[in-house]
Amino acid sequence: MEHDVAVLGVGMHPWGKWGRPFVEYGVAAARAALDDAGLTWPDVGFIAGGETIRNGYAGYVAGATFAQALGWTGVPVATCYAACAAGATAIDIARARILAGLCDVALVVGADTTPKGFLAPTWGDNASDPDWRRFRLLGATNPTYFALYARRRMELCGATEEDFARVKVKNAKHGLNNPNARYKKEYTVADVLESPMVSDPLRLLQICATSDGGAAVVLASMDYAKSRGFDAPARVSAVSTITPTFPNTVMEMPNFSTDSAATVAPPELPFRDAIAAAAYEEASVSPDDLSVAEVYDLSSALELDWYENIGLCKQGEAERLIRDGDTTIGGRIPVNPSGGLACFGEAVPAQAIAQVCELVWQLRGQADGRQVENAKVGLSINQGLFGHGSSVIVTR
Amino acid sequence: MTTVPAIEGWFSDTALLGTRCASCGSYFFPPERTLCRNPACGSSELDVTELSRRGKVWSFSVNHYDAPAPFMGKAPYTVVAVELATEEMVVLGQLADGVDPSELRIGDEMEVVIERLFVDDDGNEHMVWKWNTT
Repeated sequence: MEHDVAVLGVGMHPWGKWGRPFVEYGVAAARAALDDAGLTWPDVGFIAGGETIRNGYAGYVAGATFAQALGWTGVPVATCYAACAAGATAIDIARARILAGLCDVALVVGADTTPKGFLAPTWGDNASDPDWRRFRLLGATNPTYFALYARRRMELCGATEEDFARVKVKNAKHGLNNPNARYKKEYTVADVLESPMVSDPLRLLQICATSDGGAAVVLASMDYAKSRGFDAPARVSAVSTITPTFPNTVMEMPNFSTDSAATVAPPELPFRDAIAAAAYEEASVSPDDLSVAEVYDLSSALELDWYENIGLCKQGEAERLIRDGDTTIGGRIPVNPSGGLACFGEAVPAQAIAQVCELVWQLRGQADGRQVENAKVGLSINQGLFGHGSSVIVTR
Repeated sequence: MTTVPAIEGWFSDTALLGTRCASCGSYFFPPERTLCRNPACGSSELDVTELSRRGKVWSFSVNHYDAPAPFMGKAPYTVVAVELATEEMVVLGQLADGVDPSELRIGDEMEVVIERLFVDDDGNEHMVWKWNTT
């Protein structure tokens, strides 16, 4: 496709709770991705960094922080923040730069060091910040919102606590052999259902942790890839970074309400469906073409929503997919072969990049111990706070 | 004890306060004061309006751990999402004091009430809207 760019290299620093400077993880991931591509840092013509908001000023200018740590080369830089979608947005900027002919090779890096416990407002005691307000006035943590979706799903689709637990069990099994995963432990449905209740109906083992980690990809023009002897590189065939359409009838973090649909009819596709639809359209592929998907299981219940949002099944059928093993490796359409957030926890600006790393390993047949057979088309999807869409389609 | 709203301009003594676009009729909560967010409208004439006092439970969650600061409460506490029919929007709020969340069901009718959120060190009582059963 004319909008394709090649993925020449991918790399990660393992996820964990190390507490070291995020720059270390980003540099390790960048070096791994460059090694994987057979390139060196001076070959890079553009660097895009995913911003971290919990690591002081160096995090706000993450792109330049990584460039400085790798050694100033004069390379143009951009840093972007889009919450959980930051990585996809950084990929999109790098891709646009390549497609515009402004560079041949771009490096995209995201890394984070996270504090313990619930993610909290970062802007001090500022009552004009909607994020501050939702904690002060409601006590609405991120898991509170996930729980609202989960209970709604139980009511509308007949999902049970066991179904949500099955998602965790599947992802835990997938991640067992992933060297970059933080949690490598098998669980039973009973284990999950015995874990402490956090935000009813979601229990501790159904909610993703916050983690440290770093991920990077090296992108290049198809011509440059060819000139370096890459005959069939994995390709980024679509990046969807759309915003919602008014009225957005999804209760988004950190909002107090949905948009009113009293005078304007809601869009044909709800926001999360629209994120995927835009990616499918750009890549000229359909859900039937997918071999593998990496979806954002902030909660195990949310993974079921994504099955429907990305068109793996109709609304209300996701429970059947998880019960029948369709989304387990070896099933019809494996989801989160990496182990997902269930095994990683979230390292915000790195996570969407990590999803793409996994898709590339899957499409190259290099996902040892968790390989989806004959993977040709992979989709990653996620959503950033306030209304940032994030979906990448990788083909090979 | 002095009573103060925990946030200015979001509720009256008896109802949530939103705004309504004078041109296209769209409702906004919290009150939007700058520009109508219907992209096809563009009006900046937004009138303060009381939102429907009653609605139906869209979803809810009982939180078993304290939220981080600036939350001032103690777990367990319940957050309820209530769907307002006229405004065709869902509005979050805490569950009113004394309501047993295990009795709550999606679709139940709820009514807005103004209750204490917390008392500060100077003894001021900070008030907020909550959802009560009817």
